[in-house]
Amino acid sequence: MWAIDTAISMVDLTTLEGADTAGKVRSLAAKARRPDPDRGEVPKVAAVCVYPDMVATAKAELEGTGVHVASVATAFPSGRSIMAVKLADTRYAVEQGADEIDMVIDRGAFLSGNYGAVFDEIRQVKEACGAAHLKVILETGELATYDNVRRASWLALLAGGDFIKTSTGKVAPAATLPVTHVMLQAVRDWHRQTGELRGVKPAGGIRSTKDAIKYLVAVHEVAGPEWLTADLFRFGASTLLNDLLMQRRTQLDGHYSGPDYVTVD
Amino acid sequence: MSENRIAVAKTYKLYIGGKFPRSESARSYPVTDSKGAFLANAAQGSRKDARDAVSAARKAFAGWSGATAYNRGQVLYRVAEVLEGRREQFAAEVSAAEGIGVKKAQALVDAAIDRWVWYAGWTDKIAAVLGSSNPVAGPYFSFSTPEPTGVVAVLAPQRSSLLGLVSVVAPVIASGNTAVVVTSEDRPLPAITLSEVLATSDLPGGVVNLLTGRTAEIAPWLASHADVNALDLTGAPDALRADLERSAAGTVKRVLRTRAGEDFTAEPDTSRLRAYLETKTVWHPTGV
Repeated sequence: MWAIDTAISMVDLTTLEGADTAGKVRSLAAKARRPDPDRGEVPKVAAVCVYPDMVATAKAELEGTGVHVASVATAFPSGRSIMAVKLADTRYAVEQGADEIDMVIDRGAFLSGNYGAVFDEIRQVKEACGAAHLKVILETGELATYDNVRRASWLALLAGGDFIKTSTGKVAPAATLPVTHVMLQAVRDWHRQTGELRGVKPAGGIRSTKDAIKYLVAVHEVAGPEWLTADLFRFGASTLLNDLLMQRRTQLDGHYSGPDYVTVD
Repeated sequence: MSENRIAVAKTYKLYIGGKFPRSESARSYPVTDSKGAFLANAAQGSRKDARDAVSAARKAFAGWSGATAYNRGQVLYRVAEVLEGRREQFAAEVSAAEGIGVKKAQALVDAAIDRWVWYAGWTDKIAAVLGSSNPVAGPYFSFSTPEPTGVVAVLAPQRSSLLGLVSVVAPVIASGNTAVVVTSEDRPLPAITLSEVLATSDLPGGVVNLLTGRTAEIAPWLASHADVNALDLTGAPDALRADLERSAAGTVKRVLRTRAGEDFTAEPDTSRLRAYLETKTVWHPTGV
């Protein structure tokens, strides 16, 4: 139960579809505020993650609830655009009220060895964020090796990313346990060297409660118990929340629950 | 077969979502013939296997219930064709399980195949026979159509290992439901062979899921499972029936309470087909 509630409080409830509407974002926000309408004691999720044009809608629904609004930016999900557009994208999302920005790195530049360009880009986006938290999406599914994941993680931490995030969710494989393990090692080492605490967010492909608990164990064992908070660890997910709620009900009711008993989204 | 050859002793697996997984619990139990001689090992399904089977059945429901009745009929008929090809194997297994002569077992297998064909024929007649256009006093065209209930948990008969099994499973899937079946506890081998038949005919994975194991262990989890829509108590142990019904009521399931000692060799009627149907009535304005 503790693990399930902790996992719920770490969810970045996400909708990043071309078909998103204001209505869909509002219903998602309602779910974020009160994940299980029958059970008031269920914790709120950490944040709602949307495209920049939906930030204002989400913000209006979540103002004062403690649930953050996160927005993807910088030509998500490919990151293929010019710097001016990426920065404008970021500033727009922040102006609209986003508390957190999820940026994507230029994988093309990274893979061709142009690490300086990637570093500068993250730097500039971080400046554009102002007070908003910056999560840097590495898109580990395109980075090919664990060495690259480690290098990209370190680059993002050096450049000032508050969180490092595995994937956009648009590329397979998305988050995997080994990749998250490498990234947790990176934030742990960063903490040892600088004393600063930075976060990790696996996103995409985590659908079951069992998976989520495996991740929590990895967080505890690799990074340490102080990372077991929504300020330092998040799940980027859309279907995971329903499974967490169903498992929570199973634990309390003593029998298996079903999708008829949670909201469909 | 030469005299000194050592026979291959089989350890069978479950049938869930069109695949043959081992039990999550890693348990198995020995299956013997009616005289107590060892036949094979069967997987002893657990509550998590039951849960996985329900998920698989739920996943398969949209496709199977959405398929045309004609298509379902063709698929079920195909199953009967494959059953026919395995007649000898079924006869040997039924003979060993039920302790009857091969001739008698053969007759039961033939009856089971005929039973399957009978239900295959019903698929595209259900709507015509059980649906209706209703006379109403108003400017409406009102009509009712039968629709499948959803995921049906079936506790298969304990004694009739093939004919009984076919008689309870075929009517469930003929109308578009998907099934999670707990097979006969002591006589599971014909059911396992049936799962091999289903896997190699055109039936989509997950429409029928077969769990071998202890009925008394698995049944309560299926009866209380919120994602199961109906429960067939045919093979339920007497001591458990009331409890199973009570926990099925907790999530408002349809429960088929069959009388004990049902004779499966008798000509079937449509009662089992009708047990897992919901009626949808549509009122459509006319003459505007």
